[in-house]
Amino acid sequence: MTYTYYPGCTLKTKAQDLDHYGRESLKALGITLEEPDEWQCCGAVYPIARDEIATKLSAVRALAAARDNASPLVTLCSACHHVLTRVNDDMRRDENVRTKANNYLKLPVPYSGETEVIHYLQLLRDKIGFDNIAKAVKNPLKGRKIGAYYGCLLLRPSKVMQFDDPENPHIIEDFIKALGATPVIYGMRNECCGGYVTLKDEAQAAENTNRIIKNAASKGAEELITACPLCMYNLRKHSDGTVKISYITELLYDALGLREELGDAPEACETADGIAAGCACKRTEKAE
Amino acid sequence: MHQTEKETAELIKQISGSDVKKCMKCGKCSATCPAYGEMKFHPHQFVTMVAHGKVDELLRDGTVTRCLSCFACVERCPRGVEPANVVAAIRVLAEREQGGSNFVPDEVPALIAADNEIPQQALVSAFRRYRK
Amino acid sequence: MHKIGVFVCWCGSNIAATVDIDRVVAEAKVQPGVVFAKDYQYMCSEAGQNIIKDAIKEYGLTGIVVCSCSPRMHEATFRKAASQAGLNPFMVEIANIREHCSWIHKDKEEGTEKACVLMRAAVAKVTLNTPLKAGESKVVKRALVIGGGIAGIQTALDIADAGFPVDIVEKNATIGGRMAQLDKTFPTLDCSSCILTPKMVEAKSNENIRLITYAEVEEVSGFVGSFKAKIRKKARYVKEDVCTGCGVCMSKCPSKKGLNEFNMGLNNRPAIYIPFAQAIPNVAVIDSTQCIKLNTGKCGLCEKVCTAKAIDYTQQDEFIEEEYGAIVMATGFRPIDASKFDEYSYSTCKDVVTSLELERIMNAAGPTGGVLLRPSDGKHPHSIVFIQCVGSRDVSGRGKPYCSKICCMYTAKHAMLIRDKYPDVEVHVFYIDVRTPGKNFDEFYRRAAEQYDVDYIKGQVGKVWEEDGHLVVRGVDLIANEQIILNTDMVVLATAIEPDPTARKVANMLTASIDTNDFITEAHPKLRPVESPTAGIFLSGVCQGPKDIPETVSQAGAAASKVIGLLCKDKLTTNPCVAHSDELLCNGCSCCEKVCPYGAISYDTHLINDHGVKETRRVALVNEALCQGCGACTVVCPSGAMDLKGFSNKQIMAEVEAICL
Repeated sequence: MTYTYYPGCTLKTKAQDLDHYGRESLKALGITLEEPDEWQCCGAVYPIARDEIATKLSAVRALAAARDNASPLVTLCSACHHVLTRVNDDMRRDENVRTKANNYLKLPVPYSGETEVIHYLQLLRDKIGFDNIAKAVKNPLKGRKIGAYYGCLLLRPSKVMQFDDPENPHIIEDFIKALGATPVIYGMRNECCGGYVTLKDEAQAAENTNRIIKNAASKGAEELITACPLCMYNLRKHSDGTVKISYITELLYDALGLREELGDAPEACETADGIAAGCACKRTEKAE
Repeated sequence: MHQTEKETAELIKQISGSDVKKCMKCGKCSATCPAYGEMKFHPHQFVTMVAHGKVDELLRDGTVTRCLSCFACVERCPRGVEPANVVAAIRVLAEREQGGSNFVPDEVPALIAADNEIPQQALVSAFRRYRK
Repeated sequence: MHKIGVFVCWCGSNIAATVDIDRVVAEAKVQPGVVFAKDYQYMCSEAGQNIIKDAIKEYGLTGIVVCSCSPRMHEATFRKAASQAGLNPFMVEIANIREHCSWIHKDKEEGTEKACVLMRAAVAKVTLNTPLKAGESKVVKRALVIGGGIAGIQTALDIADAGFPVDIVEKNATIGGRMAQLDKTFPTLDCSSCILTPKMVEAKSNENIRLITYAEVEEVSGFVGSFKAKIRKKARYVKEDVCTGCGVCMSKCPSKKGLNEFNMGLNNRPAIYIPFAQAIPNVAVIDSTQCIKLNTGKCGLCEKVCTAKAIDYTQQDEFIEEEYGAIVMATGFRPIDASKFDEYSYSTCKDVVTSLELERIMNAAGPTGGVLLRPSDGKHPHSIVFIQCVGSRDVSGRGKPYCSKICCMYTAKHAMLIRDKYPDVEVHVFYIDVRTPGKNFDEFYRRAAEQYDVDYIKGQVGKVWEEDGHLVVRGVDLIANEQIILNTDMVVLATAIEPDPTARKVANMLTASIDTNDFITEAHPKLRPVESPTAGIFLSGVCQGPKDIPETVSQAGAAASKVIGLLCKDKLTTNPCVAHSDELLCNGCSCCEKVCPYGAISYDTHLINDHGVKETRRVALVNEALCQGCGACTVVCPSGAMDLKGFSNKQIMAEVEAICL
């Protein structure tokens, strides 16, 4: 089975491991991810102001590419999932956005929200099935107490995202269970880590992440998992290290026994120059 | 193009798509806001300020740049007011002014030099949320 | 020769401000058949009615048109006046120039124009009216009350006291409803059980009342005065007339995992159980989903220990069919599901409870014996936070758009009781508005704040989470303009109330109309608050809208008085505006039968003399007692055989022609 896959900018650079573990795990489960040609960065945040059209166009391009590929569009990064889902919703419901975006893009076939955007976790749950994943697990993560950290972008606003119960989500907990570990439910799992404000005010991000980690630890979590590179950054930066933080895909990779087989993910780009030179974006392909 | 304060408030309502009159002043937005402590004005206040057409100070004082866009207020508002959308509208209006940007490319090298782990997503988000 | 009189009402300024009355009168005077036209400030007043009566007599009027408010308002008034003056009441037509005209127009010119059109149409119709005579139907002198909470009990008691037999159908195994679950009642703090259980006993012992518990109404047919109901009495697996309520079976039952509904699921109960000690009837019931014997065939312990020999595992559902003159809906309410608001962590934290759960915790017969203990660890809490308006006044789609009305008062009650019994417990109440209209209500709330030191905080709570064995509450104090974080031991959610889910089903069965929130609609929100628009259906308690106990009891009494008024009558006059079929035109196609919502049309095959040709044909027959005059059959009849008395096709066409003039 092949799905169109939108990795997004960070998964090509700083979060290459999120991407790598995700792809390899799916490959082991019999699913191939196919990137559309020449996708562009989704913009990372959804443009809320209703008069903004241009900032939604790159998302529309990716959505239209998936439509032309006759496949749902699979996302992994929470921010990409948020932006693509909401722009898709605009293209379905908001005539103003739909008309103007199509006028700008002049696609061979105009786009009006036909694509189904699904998150990696939804792919696991709805297309593969957590029970089948449980069967494929080679190294059950027995005894590990793992807290799901959802953050904001996957869940809210729930009317558009329709990802899970926004106040008491369970998809990541079900995922953790499927891998043989014990999910730890804690109240702060859907509260904000501080997001991009960390660039302007590190203290605020520190306060938020500390509250989250403290709450998770108080409920017995020894690890946290997330799907979002920015959440990962904030959590890691401000954690004292007692709670381990990893990506959802790394957990899956380990449980499927792929680390023994394939080893660690390649290192991410080291320097600003490296990113500027664009080397990182192509490195996985080069390595193959 | 000079606008009166009231006209600006109308524009904010328009581009936020938010019906601030629906607010019943329960304060749940402020009760839920993770950036409350960093703000001079708080979510329930700026909804009311927009409703009253008193927005000049909001456009200037930088309160709205503290919003994390976490959408908790949108999710939990019992009246469907969507305070985060009001914030976004105020923000873009402030940023569209000459010199309204809060984040410039020149800042990036220093940031990365200080912390090489900053993900691209954070930079792109900051560019999108802080400048026009 | 027609002699029509037209009477134009000003309705004070309601009509006169938007309609030029003089012009309407002048135009009326020149309509064919009109011999008299006059206006008056209030045509419905005694003086106005006298104008009509005098004109009928003086001019020998054969029909009248009253240009006034909606016929729903005063058609009956004017028909009565006409009848008193010797005119057949069905020779009266109303031109609605208020609701349909003056109230919706701003421009006087347009309003006047439309009023003239409506007047012309009514005149055109009335010239084709024929005198009709109302028929009669019987009144079955027995009432049905659906729901056995305080509303249903009070209604039944009042009807029974007037000497009429009443059946109470209650879906649960006992009557008592929500009130039986409450600890104390506001604003007097008297014990709920102490005032309710005597009424329950009275309902049981009253010879005019039959309690049909653990039962649901399945089908209702018929009409006011003569309803037929089919009631399913669910299998209890315990013989109701044999069980003594000794409770031995409960103590021996090995299956103890059923959630105790009476205690809001805070503890478990056996598969065979009596809902609570004061249950009426005081008879056990077996929960068939939990009973080991019923599910596996093994066990049978309760049968062995029952000395009265009351257990019967083979019992089946039974059906009771009965006729009633009137039906009262008293289906009550339930709290909404608090897990829809999981920012308050109701689903994940045991110490977050709803107010009704707290009510059980505070109750001496509750799971903790009335001692205030945290559900998570059974420890004494030192601080409690109450959150009001959880799901009330909520238009986001998660909650209810209305104010649930009772929460401010019961929260004040809870806060006060806790502070009174446990002065060491800190109590905070987050509120949006405190709404306490009602006798001694605001005084009650202020007492909680002033004498009992309850900390009222104006603002909402945004999030509750659990940490290090306590709860953390993040809320806002709008007066202090600050976000506050409180550590507390328990959180109590004042969840919105909603109509019991059975209300919609019952309302459909009774063709009683229902609003978007599933509350039953009144015939008139002010003037007929305890009647449904469907004749013979009455409303009691929260099924009509949120209300507290005193209000419920008053409404229950009001509903009873309406029922008594109906049952006192020996006969009811029926609406003569019913369908009838012209058998010479009918081709027996069954179209009308299929659309009739009242089952009023049947078929008969008999000899017909069609202009000298005699033949046997199948033709439609209308049961005039069942027909409600909706006219659906007249619209579908392909041969034009069906017509409606008082609203004949000819009359309607005449109106249309007059409008298009």
